Amino acid sequence: MKVEQISIFIENKSGRLAEVTHVLGVAGVNIRALSLADTSDFGILRLIVDKTDLAKSVLKEKGFTVNKTEVVAVEVPDRPAGLSGILHVLDKAKVNVEYMYAFVERCGENAVIIFRFDDTEGAIKVLTDRGITVLSGERVYGM
Amino acid sequence: MRLGEGRIWDPLNECLGREEIRMLQFARLRDTLDRVWRSVPRYQEKFREAGIVPRDIQTLEDLAQLPFTTKEDLRLGYPYGMFAVPMREVVRIHSSSGTTGKPTVVGYTRQDLQTWTELAARFMTAAGVTEDDIVHIAFGYGLFTGAFGLHYGAERIGASVIPMSSGNTDKQVMIMQDYRSSVLVSTPSYALTIADRFERLGIDPASLDLRVGLFGAEPWSEEMRREIETRLGIIATDNYGLSEVMGPGVAGECTHKCGMHIFEDHFIPEIIDPDSGEVLPPGSVGELVLTTISKEAFPMVRYRTRDITRLDYEPCSCGRTSVRMAKTMGRSDDMLIIKGVNVFPTQIEEVLFQVEGCEPHYQLIIDRIGSGDVLEVQVEVHENIFFDEMKKQREFIDQVEKKLFSTLGVGARVKLVEPSSMPRHEGKAKRVIDRRSR
Repeated sequence: MKVEQISIFIENKSGRLAEVTHVLGVAGVNIRALSLADTSDFGILRLIVDKTDLAKSVLKEKGFTVNKTEVVAVEVPDRPAGLSGILHVLDKAKVNVEYMYAFVERCGENAVIIFRFDDTEGAIKVLTDRGITVLSGERVYGM
Repeated sequence: MRLGEGRIWDPLNECLGREEIRMLQFARLRDTLDRVWRSVPRYQEKFREAGIVPRDIQTLEDLAQLPFTTKEDLRLGYPYGMFAVPMREVVRIHSSSGTTGKPTVVGYTRQDLQTWTELAARFMTAAGVTEDDIVHIAFGYGLFTGAFGLHYGAERIGASVIPMSSGNTDKQVMIMQDYRSSVLVSTPSYALTIADRFERLGIDPASLDLRVGLFGAEPWSEEMRREIETRLGIIATDNYGLSEVMGPGVAGECTHKCGMHIFEDHFIPEIIDPDSGEVLPPGSVGELVLTTISKEAFPMVRYRTRDITRLDYEPCSCGRTSVRMAKTMGRSDDMLIIKGVNVFPTQIEEVLFQVEGCEPHYQLIIDRIGSGDVLEVQVEVHENIFFDEMKKQREFIDQVEKKLFSTLGVGARVKLVEPSSMPRHEGKAKRVIDRRSR
């Protein structure tokens, strides 16, 4: 029920983001979702791609620092208060969200949000217990 | 002519002919060598290793046959092993900041303190200080030799001394205004901090009595001199000394500002190639090596200062005949002086090694922003120290910054950079980029 995400360290200078996407494009890796957290010095680029291991190895070859982490893809009803309901469930269960970002594609009628939790296993249990759909990696990479 | 300009404190000893200087130096050198041979086992051991006894030194040029004394020798002798007199004859102890371990301890006999006082009076007079001045000493009083050296020198001249010590800039400014300080003694960077404060408080330096500054304890450029002179409206002079050799009073500039007069009746300077150890011909740029020829408690034979400079034997128009050393141009080891604090890249490397758990790739960038030195430690990121969460990444940086501060005693900014962003020379990274001296 977990999704693999790669994070890439990017120095805050021109052309670095373009270099990442270029390297992935040449390797035939498709980016499914992304988020960039940045400071004045550097940024952390997080990606969900269709071929995680390939993406990681081609980026490392090009000298990038890449880590792999597990995140959770959650189906969120695409209507007002859809996300709010889910965050409320998590808050009540005292699960912390480290960061989150939206998926480009929809899954049927629902939106998909990627979550990074402090306790991934615990979060999955809380969500599935409440009938909230957590998407598998295979499902997400192929969307 | 400005007040105090052109005076010479000790014309007899400061204006000797070259041959007279050499004769005096040789006599005093022989005496020093006899004393260290008798009193300091470490020197005797080193001389024996080099196959030399003091009487082999027959001319001044023979000095080059003697082994160097290094910081390592002083470390091995910690604390009193290099003292040449019994402790009952030592009346003062100072010490210099250590590299990674123990500091260097130095001692002075009553006679040493008198000599030091006289030499400080010499270079302060050369900078234009007179008995009519009010000397504001903004060096820290303590184990550091800076404050005491100039304090006694100024009193010897007959000036009024304000033993202000360092820090608390607002109070410094108030005292400068109210007590009518005419001479400022500080690090050059602190002089700029004071200039900044004047500006912020809307104080016109021309409304003060300040006219002369004596700056030392850290390297500074001619550009910085111009800035201090313009912003404070004073004559800014440089002086040189190191606690291992005595403290301030080894050399100082006259108002012609064309190099620092070395007091050759007390110190013999040599310039060597820092790699081969060979003595270089006059005028060459190299490492300054100093031999003390009058000190009793802590004599130094061919001490490697690690400071890079050049010697100029041309007579100066001020009338002093002593050789002049150029402003120091850098170090032959990797020591950095940041905000007056001695910092070695190895200390930073150790901290990074501890937090990263492996050989760090890093670069140090030192710059002078406004009036303060800024140290930036650029660290190449790798998987162990890279996190997908910004919070953890920030925590890592904070942790390194805190450790660096507690180890170095001076703040550093940590910046993460991508791997291989540092230029590597023959497989080894260029560790230090000092932008202050441009």
